[in-house]
Amino acid sequence: MELRILSPTAILGYGFPRESLEAALREGFDAIGVDGGSTDPGPYYLGEGVPFASEAGVERDTRLLLKAAREAGVPLIITTAGGAGARPHVEWMLGILHRIASSESLSLRVAVVWSDVSPDRVFELMDERGLEPADPGAPEPRSETIKASRVVAQAGLEPVIEALKAWEPDVVLAGRAVDVAAFAALPVMRGLDPGLSIHMAKILECGAIAAEPGSGSDSMMGVIKPGEFVVYPLNPSRRATVTSIAEHALYERPTPYNEHVPGGYVDLSNATYEQVDDRTVRVKGSRWVRLDSYKVKLEGSRPVGYRYLTIAGSRDPGFIAELEKLIGETRRILEEQLPEYRGRYRLIFRIYGRDAVMGPWEPTPRPGHEVGIVIEAVSESREIARDIVAQARSVLLHIGWPGRKSTAGNLAFPFSPSDFYGGKVYEWSLWHLVELRDPLELFKLELWELKSGSRAPIEVYGGVAGHG
Amino acid sequence: MARRRLGEVARILRSKNAGPFLITIDMIFDSRECAETVAEQLKPEAIAEAYGMDPGWVIGVYLYPQANAVKVTIRRRVPAGSVGDTDVYGAQQHAPLLELEAEDHGKCGG
Repeated sequence: MELRILSPTAILGYGFPRESLEAALREGFDAIGVDGGSTDPGPYYLGEGVPFASEAGVERDTRLLLKAAREAGVPLIITTAGGAGARPHVEWMLGILHRIASSESLSLRVAVVWSDVSPDRVFELMDERGLEPADPGAPEPRSETIKASRVVAQAGLEPVIEALKAWEPDVVLAGRAVDVAAFAALPVMRGLDPGLSIHMAKILECGAIAAEPGSGSDSMMGVIKPGEFVVYPLNPSRRATVTSIAEHALYERPTPYNEHVPGGYVDLSNATYEQVDDRTVRVKGSRWVRLDSYKVKLEGSRPVGYRYLTIAGSRDPGFIAELEKLIGETRRILEEQLPEYRGRYRLIFRIYGRDAVMGPWEPTPRPGHEVGIVIEAVSESREIARDIVAQARSVLLHIGWPGRKSTAGNLAFPFSPSDFYGGKVYEWSLWHLVELRDPLELFKLELWELKSGSRAPIEVYGGVAGHG
Repeated sequence: MARRRLGEVARILRSKNAGPFLITIDMIFDSRECAETVAEQLKPEAIAEAYGMDPGWVIGVYLYPQANAVKVTIRRRVPAGSVGDTDVYGAQQHAPLLELEAEDHGKCGG
């Protein structure tokens, strides 16, 4: 038995060449998997409830992929909808799918996996079972921060598998799930080795990033059978090589050895990579290790304030030489003149050309002839953030020092207006593992019917949908 | 036998987040022997010193011979995307390791 899994692109919305999709259709495939994003872009998208990729890009990609999946008679599996996978993101994707169904005169059966966890449920889980930090440095879970958070649980393969088994839907639309779920669910469901399935999925989930030359906006095909899988890019100008595929075992992972999913991990340390032809690589030896306890990661994001910022440059050698001192004085002046704001804001100066990229880790913080300065304020009050940036900007523009020559102004602003609202600021409030009694425990599965003029849930896994 | 900068010896030397709390740096060399030689010498203390961080913040140094690679994972200064972060994706934090030196024992070409 052999299964062919198509990954059209690294993130739904990033796009892909039409020719790559057409090549895949000519070759045939058993499922299309695509991931909506990851936590890499930061906690903003989960906290704010907005999607990461552009709506136009997501709709464009989804329309093409839906039509291709229907043509091939196979499921389209979308995970971590909207990049964060919470209710607003899944609902947004349902809206997109509905628009496409209506405009293409299609009737779609969409299995939805909801990943949301309410703060009350988090407290229950904390009391009943305890939470374990998922990484060193994970935030301390506190009652006030959890209450203010939007929380999702990161589903393993099983909810996607159950959705496929229960309903054979046209589309699986999952909230937050592990990156490999969209690609490994079908192979594991059909009894293929989980170690190989998940290792293959780990390569596929990045689109053609693991090819040479790599691309996050192009496609990769994975073909898996007992004992091995092969991967190759659909675009003839790219190749999979032993080097590029073996290197990918390292990408964005803390160790090269184990790929963890709920319920177990894949040991990659003895995986072997073989060049089959000049653009295809065969992998064997990825070993699945099942664990007795089934743990999923809870991700929580909470608002911590509002951000304003301004950008300016300086080209005056005297100012650049005195900059640290002048920034210190600016801070002091603001503290003295605005005592009512004391302790209610953070003021950050980022000096590009010196140490803005690495901060305190910069080994050689030596500015050149020019610096770029970003002045940023974050406060629980939007007005304080705006005011602090405005005050800091004008103080730094006009501040003097002995020997100053540039007495008309220290800063070059590229823009009018000079100050920008940076939106709400979020931080991770939860990044913890919790043990589940069964893989579906925190995930609600529903089957939705989308057709021209209507969309509604028609069934719940193990029950019937109520229309309330 | 020569002391050489890792930035000169490695074909690829890159950093990226491994989740919001860790940064992982991958170094890929032209041969398994070169990777093994570098891995032997890459002590957590040297890495910590290159970054000016506590050695306890160096999570691990890992050899992946199949990719001729050495991986170093460190704690982030602050969580990705939090206030005071300088690099949301963690993609530009590798420079101190470009400057770190190791003996190549004749195992690394170039």
